[in-house]
This record gives sequence, C-alpha cells and structure tokens, in this order.
Amino acid sequence: MAQLKILVYPDERLRQISQPVKGVDNKIVSFISDLEETLSSLLGCVGIAAPQVGLFVRIIIVDVSSRPKHKNHGHLVLINPVITFNEGNSIGREGCLSVPEYTGRVSRSQYIEVKAQDRFGSDVVYQMEGYEARAIQHEIDHLDGKLFFDSLVGKRNILKKRTDF
Amino acid sequence: MGNWYMLTMVGKDRPGIVAEVSQVLFEAGGNLGEASMARLGGNFTVMLMLQIDAEKDDVENLLQPLGEKLALFFHIDKIIGDLYHHVEPNFRLSVHGADQPGIVSMVASSLAKLKFNILNLESDVGGSPEKPIYIMHIEGVADCSLSSLEKSLQPLINEKGIVMHLVSIDTMLG
Repeated sequence: MAQLKILVYPDERLRQISQPVKGVDNKIVSFISDLEETLSSLLGCVGIAAPQVGLFVRIIIVDVSSRPKHKNHGHLVLINPVITFNEGNSIGREGCLSVPEYTGRVSRSQYIEVKAQDRFGSDVVYQMEGYEARAIQHEIDHLDGKLFFDSLVGKRNILKKRTDF
Repeated sequence: MGNWYMLTMVGKDRPGIVAEVSQVLFEAGGNLGEASMARLGGNFTVMLMLQIDAEKDDVENLLQPLGEKLALFFHIDKIIGDLYHHVEPNFRLSVHGADQPGIVSMVASSLAKLKFNILNLESDVGGSPEKPIYIMHIEGVADCSLSSLEKSLQPLINEKGIVMHLVSIDTMLG
C-alpha cells in the first residue's frame, strides 16, 4: 500500500486519454489499493481517477457516503466505466485535486446509468443521480483527458434554475 | 515582483477597453491577478489586481493617457495580493421580485446578523421600465444551518413579496 502523488494542472499528462483495462491482474489489484489509500488520505475528496496519479488506465473510485444527504451507492471502484444513459441537467460546484485553489460551477447530467466492471472484473450497472452522478461524470472526464474547467458555466446566468449545489 | 494594486476603472462601454488597458499594463511589466469585469447599466466596470514594480504615482501616470483616451475614470489602491487562499461559499441565495427600495439592505442585514460573509453578489434590473424586476444572487459562507438562514429571511419574503431561493453549496471535490 502506498499513497500516490497527484498530478497537478498544467501537467500535460492530465490531457492524456486512458486505456481500457484488459483484465484484473495482481498489478491492477495492487494499484486499486494504492488509489484507495490515496483517496482516503485526501480530506473532503469523494473521487479519484487513475490518470490523476499518472497511471493512464480506465479506473475510477467514487465514494460519496461521507455526504449521506446525497443518494449514493457507497464505495465504488469502477473499471472501464461507460455512461450508457443520461438525462436532465444540473449545475453544481466542483473542485479537483489536480486543480488546487479553484472551484467553479459545472453543468452535468442529473441522471445517469453507468456500466463498468467492479474490482473483481464482474460487470456492474448503476443508476444514479445528483451529486454522485456528478462525481462519476467528473472522474470519467479525467479518463478522457478532460478537466472540470473545460465545461464551466459563467457566473452571470440570471434566472437560470439551479439544482444540486 | 513588485507591489500589488487594485485598479478600478469605470466608463462608457465600448469594444476594446480590456485589450487596450491590458496591453499598456503588460508593456509596462505588469502582471494581472484576479479580476472582475461587468457591464453595469451600460457602463464598463472592472476591478483588476495588478502587480507591478512601480509606486502608485507611477501607475497613475502610466494610466493617465489611456484614461483620457478612453474616457475612463480610474482609481488605484495599494493592496495585499493574497492569492491562493480562496474561501469556498457554502450557501447560495437567489432573490427576485418587483424592484423596490431596500431589498439589498434588508437581505444583507439579515445575513449579517448570522455572520454570513458575502463572497459574491451579482444583481441585475430586468423587466420593463414600467415594471422593473430586481434579480440578485449572493454566494457566501456562514457557520449556521440552512434552516436558521431561511428562518431569518422569512419575514422579508412576507413583507416585500419577493421570491427567495436558498440552497447549500456542497462542492464536489474529485
């Protein structure tokens, strides 16, 4: 087990597209443990993606259970996650480990369905909404080399309905 | 790297102001920090953090010709350039209703009693000249509950007939 170093923008590697995981071998199992330890060491952080620590494979961890007022599925390790359905729109504030000292409002889908493999390589599917769905979308963006401030919403959007802060 | 100043500029809006101001500052070796520009009632307004190896008088002399050319009022204050210490808002309040005197004052006073620190305030006047509407968004930080804020604002909603929408901001960090 080890805590991994977080890549910080403008490190160009954060723009790299991560590769699918072909199988859950010992190396992947050990990496997931390290990624979990790294996430749990970061106060207030609810998600992390493999490329944020410099390994460009399609693995994310999301755990919103520390914010019980938001519906959530607990501790999720998702390998090769794909969003297979999305609906609705919500604007909420996001920050990123890889972009210190900056938060901004980002538009995301309110409802999503995500298909992936779990840490054992078994297929899983989740329907989720709101804050947890936001976290998943933020982390999957990392796998595609995107950062939250690529999709910021301007400050002065008068009378636009806002949900899910 | 020089002193930090807050440069405030106000004038009639037209295209190219930001370009001209920033070019003059750049050519003089200035470094820009955080800024907020808005068109308020047809006026160009900006508050701009400027770091420059010069005294206040020198900065004023630098900007004087540009101020005259673009018909801009400007004002410079020496400040502490405290970057990289952002305070995260934990509440957002949206207010709208028929424009009338006292909305901001009453809302802000209620918030101040709960030691609510306003970090951002934006307001607009919309509607028509005959029936103006006032729209305001406030983001800020307070060490109290959503319900205590709602309770303190409720009398205003009743008295002023305005609509308020208060939400907690739960920043997603990932």
